[in-house]
Amino acid sequence: MQTVQPRSLPLRLPRMRPGGVLPILAILAVLLVLVGIRQPDFLAPQSLMSFLGRSAPIILLAAGQYFVIVSGEFDLSVGSLVTAQVVVAARLIDSDPSRTWPVVLLLLAFGALVGLVNGLITTRLRVPSFITTLGMFLILVGAVYLWSDGAPKGGLSEEFRRFGRRAFEDVPLLGRVPYALLVLVVLAVAAVLLMRSDFGRTLVAVGDNPRTAELSGVRVWRTRTFAFILSGLAAAVAAILLGGYSGVSFQAGAGLEFGAITAVVLGGVALGGGRGAVVGAMLGALTLELLFALMNFYGVSGALRSTVQGGIILLAVAVSATRSSSR
Amino acid sequence: MAAIAAVTVLSLAACATDEPAAGPSGSASAATGSGTGDQSKFFVQADYDAELALLDAAPTGPADKPWEQVLNPTMVDTAKFKKAGPHKICFSNAALNNPWRQVGFKTMQAEVEAQKSRIKEFVHVDAEGKDQKQIADINDLLGKGCDALIVSPNTTATLTPAVEAACKAGLPVVVFDRGVDTKCPVTFINPIGGYGFGHVGAEFVSQKMKPGGKVLALRILPGVDVLETRWSAAKVAFDKAKVDVVGVEFTDGDPAKTKKIVDDYIQRYGTIDGVWMDAGAVAVAAVEAFQDAGKPVPPMNGEDQLDFLKIWKDKKLTAIAPTYPTYQWRTPIIAALRILDGQQVSNPWKLPQPTVTQDNLDQYLDAGMPPLHYAMCGCTDLPGYPQRWK
Amino acid sequence: MSALSLLPARRSVPGVFVALTLTLAIGWLVVLLDGGQLFNQSTTVSLLHVAAGLGLVAVGQTLVILGGSLDLSVAYVISLSTLVAAETMNGSDGAVLPAIGLVLVVSAGVGLLNGLLVTRFRVNAFIATLGVGLLLKGYLDNGYDGPAGTTAPSLVQALGYQRVGPVPVSFLLLIAVTAAAWFALSRTRFGHHLVAVGGDPEVARLSGVRNDRVLVTAHVLCSMCAGLAGIYLASRLGSGAPRVGTEGLYDLESIAAVVIGGTALAGGRGGVIGTVGGVVLLASIDAIFNQLEVDAFFKQVIRGVIIIAAVAVYARRAMRKAA
Repeated sequence: MQTVQPRSLPLRLPRMRPGGVLPILAILAVLLVLVGIRQPDFLAPQSLMSFLGRSAPIILLAAGQYFVIVSGEFDLSVGSLVTAQVVVAARLIDSDPSRTWPVVLLLLAFGALVGLVNGLITTRLRVPSFITTLGMFLILVGAVYLWSDGAPKGGLSEEFRRFGRRAFEDVPLLGRVPYALLVLVVLAVAAVLLMRSDFGRTLVAVGDNPRTAELSGVRVWRTRTFAFILSGLAAAVAAILLGGYSGVSFQAGAGLEFGAITAVVLGGVALGGGRGAVVGAMLGALTLELLFALMNFYGVSGALRSTVQGGIILLAVAVSATRSSSR
Repeated sequence: MAAIAAVTVLSLAACATDEPAAGPSGSASAATGSGTGDQSKFFVQADYDAELALLDAAPTGPADKPWEQVLNPTMVDTAKFKKAGPHKICFSNAALNNPWRQVGFKTMQAEVEAQKSRIKEFVHVDAEGKDQKQIADINDLLGKGCDALIVSPNTTATLTPAVEAACKAGLPVVVFDRGVDTKCPVTFINPIGGYGFGHVGAEFVSQKMKPGGKVLALRILPGVDVLETRWSAAKVAFDKAKVDVVGVEFTDGDPAKTKKIVDDYIQRYGTIDGVWMDAGAVAVAAVEAFQDAGKPVPPMNGEDQLDFLKIWKDKKLTAIAPTYPTYQWRTPIIAALRILDGQQVSNPWKLPQPTVTQDNLDQYLDAGMPPLHYAMCGCTDLPGYPQRWK
Repeated sequence: MSALSLLPARRSVPGVFVALTLTLAIGWLVVLLDGGQLFNQSTTVSLLHVAAGLGLVAVGQTLVILGGSLDLSVAYVISLSTLVAAETMNGSDGAVLPAIGLVLVVSAGVGLLNGLLVTRFRVNAFIATLGVGLLLKGYLDNGYDGPAGTTAPSLVQALGYQRVGPVPVSFLLLIAVTAAAWFALSRTRFGHHLVAVGGDPEVARLSGVRNDRVLVTAHVLCSMCAGLAGIYLASRLGSGAPRVGTEGLYDLESIAAVVIGGTALAGGRGGVIGTVGGVVLLASIDAIFNQLEVDAFFKQVIRGVIIIAAVAVYARRAMRKAA
C-alpha cells in the first residue's frame, strides 16, 4: 500500500498552510468519485442526505475531539461516554415518552460533567490527558456495566429516537432531510464561529505553546478544561443521535475514540496541538465514513477492511505530514 | 520487593511443573465450498452430519425440563467421585461480557440457590474473555479445595492443557458451552451446537425467499469457533439452495454499523431478499434498516432475545429464531451434583436446542422481561424469578 | 506529545513499590478476613504468570515511551507472534529455535515499520502504530478462523508450565529481559541517547544524537519484546491464537503499567524497574479481586481510579521537586 504513491509527488500544489484542509478535501473528492463510479445514485440528494445524517454523530465527535487536540491534549474517553449515555438514557427513559426531554438535558449535563472532571484532573493535577481519559474510559465502561448488571435495561422512547432516526419529509429539491443533519449543520456552524472568536484563537495559542500563552496572560488550565467540556458535550449530542439511529447497546460507542482521533489527524490537525482547523477535523470524519460506505459498495471482504483502512490512513497522514514538515 | 518477599514466604524451592502429560491434539478436516468463499477451517463434515441428525432426535428425560434432557445418551460411571455433601463447587467462567452470558450466569446462580441445601459454597471466577487469565484461574481454583470444577472455556484449543491439568488433580470436571480437545472431563454439556443453529436459520431463509434471490449474511466477529460453525453450516445450506449470497459482513455486534451496512447493501442491490445472521444481537438493527429505507423486511433469522421476538410479532415479520439456549447454564450444576452422588451421567450431554417459530412465538414472548433477555432461559421456576433477570 | 509535559526531566525513585507493598499487605489482610489465603502456591503462580505476559510487553513499551513515542500495535504483534511461533513449530521440538528466530525477525520488521513511519515519515506515533495495528488486524482476521498451529511440547513444558518453586520460568525470562533493558538504558550510549531524545529532541539533536536511529531502535526492541510475549503465550496456550493480544488489552494495559511504574508518558523520565513494579501491582490487584470474587466491572472501575491516582501522585512529587 505504501508503494502506490511516491513520496515526492510530481504534481506540486501551491504551498499549503500547515494544517490546511486542502489535502483532506482532495482525499474526499477522490473517494466521492470512486463511490460515484460504482454507485451513481449515491450522489442523488436523497441518499446523500441520509448518508450525512447517519454520519452526524462521528462528525460531531471529531469536532469535540478537535477542541481537545488543538489545545494539546487527548480525549480517549468519548467512546465509553457515548456508550454510558445511551445505556443511561434507556434505563432512565424506560420507554416513557414524557421523560424524553428531561433525560436529554441530563445527558448534556452528564457529558459536560465528565468533560469537566477530565479537564480538571488533567490541568490541576497535571496528569497527562492520555492517562486521565484512559482511566475515565475504564471507569465509565466498568460503571455502566456494573450499574446495569451487564445487560442494558429499559428502552428508548420513540420521541428520543426521533432525533437520530427520523427526518423532515418532502423537502423541496432535497427530498428527505434527517433531523440529525440539521443538528450537525447548526453545531458545525457554531464550532466554526467559536474557532473564529477570541476563545478559538486562545485555544490554538495554548496548544501551540502553553508557556507563551501563560506568559501573555491566558489561563491555560481554564481554556483546556473548557475544551474537555466541549468534547464531553459533543459526546452527549453524538450519543443522543446514535442512540436514536440504532437503539440501545453496549457496543454503541465502542472504538469511537480512535475513530474520532484518526478523523482529526486525517483532517490535517497536529496531535500535540496548535495546528489545524475544525472544518478539517469534521471533513476527516466524513472521509472515514465515506471510506466505510465505499468498502460496502465495492464489496471489500469484511475481514480485509481493517487493512485497507489502516493503509489509507497511514498513506494519507504520511503524505500530508512529509509535505507540511518540509517547511 | 514485596513480590520477592511474598515469594520467599512460600519457599517451596523444588522444581515443579503444572504441565499436563498429554499435549493438545485434534485437527479439523477442511471441506471445500463455492460461491460463498472457502469453507471455514472449523468445518468438520462428521460433526455437521451428527448435529443435523440430532435436530430430529427425540430427547430422553422430563419433557418440561429441557435442561435435564439428553439427546442420544451414553452414560458413564461416576462412582469414584462419590462424596458426602454439602459440596463446594467452583466455576471458571470465560467471560460475562454479553447479555447471553449474563442471563446464563444469573440462571446458574439461581440454580445454585435452588440447590443450596446441597451446595455449601459456590466459587465463581470471571476470566474476562482472556485465555491467559482463564488458564491462571483454573490453576488457582485447584488450590482451593473444590469438590467439583465447572469450566466454560474461552477458547477450545488453548484451554485444553489447563483443563487436562485440572482432570489430573483428581476432582470431577464438567465442561459446558464450548468444548475442549480432550476426553478427560467427566462430561461435556452443550446444546446441539453451531451447525444446527446456522443450518436452521439458513434453510428457513432460503426456503422463504424467492429462488436465486440475494442474501446478506451478517456475522459478529471472525475467528470465534462457535460463530464459525454457525456460518459454515449456513454456507452449506445456501450453496445447496443456490441462492446468491451478495455479502458476508462483520458487524462487531454494533447496531449502528449494522444499519449502515444493510443500508448500503439495499442501495447497492436495490433489494435484499433474505438476511441471515450468526447471532441475534443486531437483528433489530437490521430490521430497522429496512424499515427506515422504506423497504419490506425480507425473511430473516434472529435469536431468542425478546427485542427481536417483539418486533417480529408487532411487524408480522417472516422470521425464525434458532437458539443457543441459556438454560444450558443450569445443567452443569445438576450434573456436578449427580456426579458427586455417584450417579451415572451422559457424556457427552447433548441438550435439545429448540427453535422459535411463528407457531410457538407467543409462548416465548414475555412482554414483562427486558429487551435483551433470552426467552430460552428455562428460569421461570427458579428462585427470584423474574426480578433476578430484570 | 511533548506539549503534554511541563514537568522537569528528573529521575525519581518509583513510588510504585510503596503502592505495591501497601496493596499486597491490605490485600493479604482483606483476603484473610474473607477466609481465604492470598499467598498460597497456586495463587502466586497464577499471579506471576499474568505478570510475565504483561511484563514482557510493558518493558518494551517503556523503551518507546522513554523516547517520547508509544506503540499501540503491540496487541496485534503478540497475536501474530503466537501464530508465527505455533505454525512454524507445528508440534515439533526440532523447530523451536527457527520458530523463535522467525518470530523475532517478524516482530522486528513490524517495529522497523513503526519506527520508520514515526521518524522518516513524521507520522505521529499514536496514528502510525494504530494504523500498523489495523494492517495486522486485517491480516489476522482474513487469514485465521481461530487458533492455529501447535507449539512444540518441549517449549510448552519449559516456558509455559515449568517453574522453580513458585516462580514460573516465564517470570524468570521477564527478569532477564528487564535486567537487559535496565543495563541498556543505564549503562550504554543507546540508553542515554534514548532518554535524551525523549527529554528534549531538539537538544539531543544539537548535542549530536542521531534521534531517528535511536527511536527506530527503540521501536524495533519494543516490537521484539511483544514478540517474546507472543512466544510465551503460544507456549502457555499450546497453539497460536489470533485474538489473544487484543482480548488481553495488552496495548492499553502495557501503557498503563508503564505510567503507573513512574515513567513519564511524554518521555525522558522513568525506567523498566518501575514498569515491572507497575505490572506486578496490576497483577496483584487482579489476584486479590479474584480471591474476593469481586465483579470484573467493579475491578475495571478501580483500575481506572488507580491509574489516574498513581500518575497524579507522581505529578505532585515532580511539582514539589521543581519548586
